[in-house]
Amino acid sequence: MIALRASITFAGLIVLWQAIVTITDLPHYLLPSPMRVAATLIERSDVLWENTLITVLEIVLGLILGVACGAICSLTLMASRLARRWLMPVLLASQAIPTFAIAPLLVLWFGYGLASKIVMTVIVIFFSVASAFYDGLRRTDPAWLDLAQTMTARPARVLWFLRVPAALPSLATGIRVASVFAPIGAIIGEWVGASRGLGYLMLQSNARMQIDMLFAALLVLAVFAVALYALVDRALRRLISWDADRLPAED
Amino acid sequence: MTVSAKAPSPDIVVRSAALSFGGDVLFDGLNVHLPGGRCTCLLGPSGVGKSSLLRLVAGLIAPGAGGKVSAGDGGMIAGRAVWMGQSDSLMPWLSARGNVAVGARLRGDTPYSEALARADDLLARVGLKGREADRPASLSGGMRQRVALARTLFEDRPFVLMDEPFSSLDAITRFMLQEEAARLLAGRTAVLVTHDPLEALRIGHEVLIMAGRPATLGESIKPPGDPPRDPADPRVLALQGELLRHLTRAREAA
Repeated sequence: MIALRASITFAGLIVLWQAIVTITDLPHYLLPSPMRVAATLIERSDVLWENTLITVLEIVLGLILGVACGAICSLTLMASRLARRWLMPVLLASQAIPTFAIAPLLVLWFGYGLASKIVMTVIVIFFSVASAFYDGLRRTDPAWLDLAQTMTARPARVLWFLRVPAALPSLATGIRVASVFAPIGAIIGEWVGASRGLGYLMLQSNARMQIDMLFAALLVLAVFAVALYALVDRALRRLISWDADRLPAED
Repeated sequence: MTVSAKAPSPDIVVRSAALSFGGDVLFDGLNVHLPGGRCTCLLGPSGVGKSSLLRLVAGLIAPGAGGKVSAGDGGMIAGRAVWMGQSDSLMPWLSARGNVAVGARLRGDTPYSEALARADDLLARVGLKGREADRPASLSGGMRQRVALARTLFEDRPFVLMDEPFSSLDAITRFMLQEEAARLLAGRTAVLVTHDPLEALRIGHEVLIMAGRPATLGESIKPPGDPPRDPADPRVLALQGELLRHLTRAREAA
């Protein structure tokens, strides 16, 4: 069903695209036709593939590191009052700085290679993971906490065996959001300064008026972004099966 | 089958307890003496402060300046009591056996495999043999409350504090669970908050009515015979009628 719906939507978009090309009659270096983009996809698949691998690596590593940083950060906030008082304002202030503004700085510090893009991705996604997980950690059912208190539970164990599992669905929400934004982080990083990757390829093609190549790269990126979300969603459902039971599977 | 706590369970003594919520005084200078090794049922109109009194005994809220909650042997109640609430409070990510043994996990005082083995025994005792690995979502409401009962037994503590634990169950399940709880918790000092006079009469050695604002406790009512009592017993039915009249008056007075 999902595959059918997806292919109908995809076909619809292609038709619309072709219609716009036909009606407006724009030159191909402004708006290439779907056929032209498809041809580029096939003819230049080696270049595309090479650059896709780089971007995918940046996104996946950035996602893993960003989720880890976010989770560690919320656990620290939860475990220590001192951290809540001193770290929380810093975190909030850090989110007020537009990511674009610090991207050139990151390239300067971490170089033109993978590192600056991974750091960029971590910065983009880390807060959504941290805030979702922290929120979940704080919202533990009071009845469970009362129960734990009467059981003379140890605070560290309440955090690890009660608050953390209870907050996993919230963490999952944060990770889902992160998996949507992770590609943005990597692409911004590549735009600002890179010698490889899909973002770099797009920028180069744009400068050379190879709009068909730009579209092809964009298409690859979009397909990967959707696939990444689907994969992450599926993995999370499997890992937190006790909560997934309560969610409808197809949404 | 009954496992009583090793030593006879002590009394619960509450002295001049006070509690108010935002200027609204629930009770003030409240004294309660709950006999050791017996089940006392606390009845009263809703909102009178029954649950709050129970939470106070459990140490979940403070008894106010000058107030004191202690055990008859001079010790504390908190740390020796086990709580059974209105909702089963089972953790959806744990199996039935993991839920029963959750106290061991949260304290880290016993090897977990040992705790799980004991949990399996207790689940068998509440009639859930074969369901040990099931998650709460796949159990019925009655089964879930049975798991909660097994978790209460797992704690093996002299004081058992129950806040309407059976109120969300259907009549038949409730009837069966009342009997099991009375049997399995015999010998411990139990306090059961309920709004159901028949439940109180079935499983309480004593019944107390809490009413008024600030709330006070009435004379304790001691139904004849030992719990669990037969609800068809004419003496029980007569007392039920009397309790209902009491409670109606208490609500009208409020």
